[in-house]
Amino acid sequence: MQDAVLAMLAKEPSHGYRLRARLRQALGPLGESMNAGQVYVTLARLEKAGLVAAERSDGLPDRPDRKVYALTPAGQQRVSAWLSEVNWPKANLTEFHLKLAAAAAARLADPVELVDAQRRELLRRLGEAQRAVLAEPDDSTAGLLLEGVALRLQADLRWLDACERVWSKPKNESEDA
Amino acid sequence: MTDFDAVLQSRGLSRYHGQGESLVRAVDEVDLDVPAGQTLAIMGPSGCGKSTLLHLLGGLERPTDGEVWLAGRRIDHLNERGLARMRRRSIGFVFQNFHLVEELSARENVELPALLAGRSSRAARRRAADLLERIGLGDRTRHLPWELSGGQRQRVAIARALANEPLVLLADEPTGNLDTAATIEVLRLFADLRAAGQTLVMVTHDERVASTADRLVSMHDGRFVGDTRLAGGTGRLGDLIGLDG
Repeated sequence: MQDAVLAMLAKEPSHGYRLRARLRQALGPLGESMNAGQVYVTLARLEKAGLVAAERSDGLPDRPDRKVYALTPAGQQRVSAWLSEVNWPKANLTEFHLKLAAAAAARLADPVELVDAQRRELLRRLGEAQRAVLAEPDDSTAGLLLEGVALRLQADLRWLDACERVWSKPKNESEDA
Repeated sequence: MTDFDAVLQSRGLSRYHGQGESLVRAVDEVDLDVPAGQTLAIMGPSGCGKSTLLHLLGGLERPTDGEVWLAGRRIDHLNERGLARMRRRSIGFVFQNFHLVEELSARENVELPALLAGRSSRAARRRAADLLERIGLGDRTRHLPWELSGGQRQRVAIARALANEPLVLLADEPTGNLDTAATIEVLRLFADLRAAGQTLVMVTHDERVASTADRLVSMHDGRFVGDTRLAGGTGRLGDLIGLDG
C-alpha cells in the first residue's frame, strides 16, 4: 500500500482522511476492510523513511489526522520508479489496480500505456512458459505445472484487456467530489 | 521497394466494404514488413480485420488500395491467372477447418498442390511422403481425414501447405478448432518449421498460441495498434512457478 499512498500524494498534498477516502473509492467494497489506522500507519512509515513530509495545519492540535502530507523529492522518485516497473505482483491485482487509479488521478502516466507495458511483459512470460511446454514430452508432469502457469497468465491478460477498456474511456472528475 | 530482407510487405494496404455512411474499413492502410524466417502472430477481437488482412496478403482477396510485395515482387495487381499461380507456388494456406479433401487419403491430399503446380506424380508422391514423415505421420499416409484426430488433420493440412515450398505460410486460426493437446501438436510443428527457417504469419485469438511467435501485432478496427517483439523471453521462468525464493 505504501506505493499507492505515495502515488496519490503525487497529485497534491493531502490529509490522511482524504487519502483514505480516495483509496476506498478506488477499491470499492474491497476497501471497506481497510481500517482507519492503516493509512496513518503507512504515512508514519513513509515519513520515517523520508518519502513524505508532514505539516501541521495552523492552530490545530498535533494529531495525525490534522497533518497535511506531501511528497519529498525522494518520494517523487519512488513514485516514478513504481509506475514504470512492470513486475507482475504475485496475485496482487490490487496493487496494479491502485497504480492505474493513482496514475490517472495524478496525471502521472497514461493508465492505458501502463496496461500496455504490463501486457507486453506478460505475453513474453506466457511465451516462455508455452515454449517450455512445447519442449516437454507429452507425459511430463512438469508440463502440467507449466500449463497452470500459462492458464493463470492468460487470465491475467484477459483482465488487462478489461483494464484497458475501462481506462481508455474518458473519465469525469468525480474522483475528488 | 527493394528491401529484400522482408519476404512479405504491405504498404497502405486497405480493404473497404460499402460506401458513404456505411463504409467499413475492414483493413485500413496497413504497413507491414515480415522478415524472412519470422513467425508473426496477428491478434485482435473478432471483426478487427485480421482474417481479411491475411487474405489480402495471400492474394485470396483484392485490396481496395495499397500494395502487397512478396520477395520483392509486387503481387496485388497481378491478373487472376498470375495471382492463382503465385498462390500455388509461393504461398501456403492453413485454415481453421483444415479444408482437406475428405475422399482423398492423407498422402493424396498432400500430393495435390504439387500436382496442380505441374510436378510429376512421382515427384509429388515423394515430396508428400517426405512431408508426412517430417510431421510425424509417416504411418498414417493411407488414412482418410475422418480416420485422423483433429491435431493430425491440421498437421496434414500444414504438410499440404508446404508441398510447394512456399515463401510464406499463412495460417488463419490454425488451432481454433483444436483442444489443448492438439494445439500443442500444431505449435510443436510450427516451432520445427521456424527452426528450419520457414516464414509464418498466423491469425489467432488465443494468447497462448500468439505468445509463441517471434512478434505479435494487435489489430483494432482494421489498423495495427501494437507491435511487440516476443522472442528471447524474460529468463524468469523461475519467477513464474514461484521458485524465486
